[in-house]
Amino acid sequence: MIDLDKWQEIFNSIRRHPLRTVLTALGVFWGIFMLVLLLGAGQGLQNGVEYEFRDDATNSVWIRRGVTSVPYQGLPKGRRIKFTNEDYDLLAEHFDEVDQITGRFYLSGDQAITFGRKSLSYPVRAVHPGHRYLENTIMESGRFINETDIKEYRKVAVIGKVAQKDLFGETPPLGQKIKIGSIMYTVTGTYSDTGGDDEMRVIYIPISTAQKVYSGTDEIHQLMFTTKDMELPAIQQLQEEVRGTFARRHQFDVEDRKALYIFGAAEEFQKFMNLFAAIRAFVWFVGLGSIIAGVIGVSNIMLIIVKDRTKEIGIRKALGATPRSIITMILQESILITAVAGYLGLLAGVGAISLMESIAVEYFRNPRVDLGMGIIATLVLVVSGALAGLMPARKAAQINPIVAMRDQ
Amino acid sequence: MIRLRNIRKAYKTGYTQLEVLKGIDLDIEAGAFASIMGSSGSGKSTLLNIIGILDEYDNGDYELDGKIIKGLSQTDAALYRNRFIGFVFQSFNLLPFKTAQENVALPLYYQKMDRKKRQDLAMEYLNMVGLADWAEHLPNQLSGGQQQRVAIARALITQPKVILADEPTGALDSKTSSEVMELFKKVNKEGMTVIIVTHENDIAAMTQRIIRLRDGVIENDGATASSSS
Repeated sequence: MIDLDKWQEIFNSIRRHPLRTVLTALGVFWGIFMLVLLLGAGQGLQNGVEYEFRDDATNSVWIRRGVTSVPYQGLPKGRRIKFTNEDYDLLAEHFDEVDQITGRFYLSGDQAITFGRKSLSYPVRAVHPGHRYLENTIMESGRFINETDIKEYRKVAVIGKVAQKDLFGETPPLGQKIKIGSIMYTVTGTYSDTGGDDEMRVIYIPISTAQKVYSGTDEIHQLMFTTKDMELPAIQQLQEEVRGTFARRHQFDVEDRKALYIFGAAEEFQKFMNLFAAIRAFVWFVGLGSIIAGVIGVSNIMLIIVKDRTKEIGIRKALGATPRSIITMILQESILITAVAGYLGLLAGVGAISLMESIAVEYFRNPRVDLGMGIIATLVLVVSGALAGLMPARKAAQINPIVAMRDQ
Repeated sequence: MIRLRNIRKAYKTGYTQLEVLKGIDLDIEAGAFASIMGSSGSGKSTLLNIIGILDEYDNGDYELDGKIIKGLSQTDAALYRNRFIGFVFQSFNLLPFKTAQENVALPLYYQKMDRKKRQDLAMEYLNMVGLADWAEHLPNQLSGGQQQRVAIARALITQPKVILADEPTGALDSKTSSEVMELFKKVNKEGMTVIIVTHENDIAAMTQRIIRLRDGVIENDGATASSSS
């Protein structure tokens, strides 16, 4: 490869046909450019969706109450299913696969929150300690609601960063008293959340306190839990088991999908992942297609080059060029053209992708082509360059010198 | 130097076989200056191809400098051509994009000689054919006679066993033709075996021996008047 003469021969040949070389290179350039661009964009799409999912644990399962739609064991349809603390205990104690768990108790509408003379309205969620794992709540200061809060019906509140800023301004919020409605709470913590500003307006209070103060029952509006490290089929099986247990407890038909809604984020996540796998396959298909088109282009041009150089090759053979030296001469030219053009395509593709990075669109984030991809693309290039040149090169090596030299 | 025994060669054309060489027996000793003559279709080109290891033969034996040339692989054939044969062609066949010097040096490239050394040698041979001043010129900047002299230098540079010239004066006027023939004579005097294929009687007459082919056999083989001089 370090044979200077061979390189001189190649550059000589390229220099003699600049237009042809450029057109050939353009085909390969475009093929690689498109492949890189498509792969990068595909990755960006995937990152975007993963980013949208980052707010909630992807292994979370949400259980919502519904209304029965079929009669069951003499009970009429149209019954409203209600959760209580017993349902929470059942989930927590009965299912080993359940990791973090929380109930939610909603206060109807936004509540007026008062600090000093300021009064603003925010949504309030009454939850269990496990809630912070389900919503990926990030504690900024103080602490989240704990078991003792639940047991002792403490009037404590954890407030989001946005609410904190609005209410407290520069005042340190920990230990301050705020009024939710007409009840006084102590702020024990502040948090941030990746789910956006709306998620950081929420005020969290212990669920037991809310049940006692605002409803006087042990009702829970919604249950959520995360699963331990499990594959999707196991999660789906767990969901069905939970449904069965709830059906028995609340006496509704297991098949009655309107009585109980169970939503698995993992399922949803998997759907997206499957979609991406399909998109990736498609991207490769299209990208490789354009590379193949480039390779065929190179192959064609090399055939023309060989035809053009028939006489020259004949002369060289008469002077003692071995078939091998003819093949390497043609192959190296082809590999050089594809490698250089492909590399430029790679660079241009990466450049275009970094331009796309500045575009902020929902579900599109950090388009990227990783190193492995670059290596694969380079390999594809060199191999395709060799393949493109091989057939014409072998043809060239078979040229009969005498016939070739008569060729005018 | 060259020893041919009962060389036969046929080309298949469709369903029929065309026998081009029908048993050639020929000896050409080292240092000879011979010409092969014959009308087109006589088989002289085929014979030249066989002697030049550019083509295979069907039957017989061919020895070149004591080596049996038969059933060689393409690579070996290329090697033998490079070492043993110096070709000179009617249409010169210089590479148009290389200078005279580079053209002369090309066979040495296939011997993997390093660049400096082969360029120096090429200069030496160009000097010998009287074209040292034209070393940097491209073939299209040279006259036909000059191009053929470059080609002869190229044929000589590997110090082959035999110079095979196929109609070397076919594209030249008579004055340049005789200049080129003088060069061949000079080369021959220095001990090189030279074989010229031609259909021109006066060119053949300048060699020492004329081998006439007709319909694939040697019709006549004899010394010329110039052989005594």
